[in-house]
Amino acid sequence: MTRSAEDELPWPLRRALEFDERLAQGTFRASRRSPEFPRSAARMPRVNGSIGLDWGLDLSAWRLQVVGAAGDHARRSFTLDDIKALPRVEMTTELRCIEGWSTVVHWAGTRLSDLAAVTGSATCSGRPADPIGNAADLLGYAALETPDREYYVGLDMASALHPQTLLCYEMGGQPLTPDHGAPLRLVIPVKYGIKSLKQIGTIRFTDRRPADYWAERGYDWYAGH
Amino acid sequence: MPRLEQKHSLATRLFHWINVPILAIMIYSGLLIYWANDVYAIRLGGITIVKFFPDWFYGALHLDHRLAEGMAWHFTFMWFFAINGLLYVAYTTWSGEWRHLLPNRHTFAEAWQVVRHDLGLRKEPLPRRKFNGAQRLAYTGVVAMGAGSLLTGLAIYKPVQVAWLTTLLGGYPLARLEHFVLTLGYVAFFVIHITQVVRAGWNNFRAMVIGVEVAGDEEISYEYAGRPDGAPREYASRRTASTRSSAGRRTASTRSSADRRTASTRE
Repeated sequence: MTRSAEDELPWPLRRALEFDERLAQGTFRASRRSPEFPRSAARMPRVNGSIGLDWGLDLSAWRLQVVGAAGDHARRSFTLDDIKALPRVEMTTELRCIEGWSTVVHWAGTRLSDLAAVTGSATCSGRPADPIGNAADLLGYAALETPDREYYVGLDMASALHPQTLLCYEMGGQPLTPDHGAPLRLVIPVKYGIKSLKQIGTIRFTDRRPADYWAERGYDWYAGH
Repeated sequence: MPRLEQKHSLATRLFHWINVPILAIMIYSGLLIYWANDVYAIRLGGITIVKFFPDWFYGALHLDHRLAEGMAWHFTFMWFFAINGLLYVAYTTWSGEWRHLLPNRHTFAEAWQVVRHDLGLRKEPLPRRKFNGAQRLAYTGVVAMGAGSLLTGLAIYKPVQVAWLTTLLGGYPLARLEHFVLTLGYVAFFVIHITQVVRAGWNNFRAMVIGVEVAGDEEISYEYAGRPDGAPREYASRRTASTRSSAGRRTASTRSSADRRTASTRE
């Protein structure tokens, strides 16, 4: 990284994006939801990007790894059935790609915030996250990566715990297909589609701003809607 | 006897010329963004009349594969575009210059005269005033378009935080289309604007740079009709000293003609 270019952007533009981000974080409200559509409006989105997807992944051996403030030695792992045992949420929202296209999709999964509550991994204390009552206890970020670590995204905690941020295992009423990120993908309508990482391997809650695949390639790290 | 007359205030000229590079950057970076999903075209009965845009266009301007760069420029200079535009509107409101710019009840008839005149269908000279009806429509319209670009842009920039606005504009895909069509509107404005400036000649163009225009004896003066609160204000009289030093004294006849114009404009 040089002073003149930071993650493939001239530094004044990077500073401007960070200014935009501070403003967006300051005015963000979890109560503002991505518009929901009738299920009949839903389509299957195009397959757009396969970075980090392992077509030969053994789904029976797959586990979701969750790491909190206590670090790697305290990691928890979940089978897909463990995830499905958490409260199921269905929603029909728009997937908005950073390229400019959008598709209304029907999703089913569980809230990332519900997983965070079960594990207590989104807080410093290890207690369930309480964004309203005890915001100071929250860690700053969530980092997600594919099992092979080829694709990775960083999220601010407010967006990660948004009620429409889902760990998704069904699209259009069908189990996820490999090209859409089986067995488990993220859906985060408060962000561009680049943040909706497919085939999640590890979710890490942290106070350090996580690396982000596309932010390292000149895009806005926040990429928030 | 020719003399210099104040035509455009310094503030107006600054807002205008600052907007030129900003709008150019916004359109250029907008094209870098649009390239990544260039789905718009005008089709008639299954036949594509115009595609936005053909490959040669992207190639000639090197617009391809630069989405990230385009977004960074766009989301930086949007602030300058918004601030410059809002200050211009505030200034125009405060100074009273809006009286020269907003359409009034004569505007549409006069704009039609201008169109017929410019197409060579009408031989009589056009009414002489700072901005004719066609100009009022164009200059008010382009400011309204600027507001439209800010709103449609915000709607696709933060479609969750301002979901009400995005929905009001017909939803995310439609708001993106509206944002694009407004940009085509700027290009159309630019072509007509440049054509008219060339037709109007050097004196008119120079006035937008240095503020003053060379006027003959029969020419009108660009006095303000008054301030928004209705109080008449002799705008030019404040500048008499500087005008005098550069162009000699203002004649009594100019002033009386200005007064008459003031009276007629205020009606």
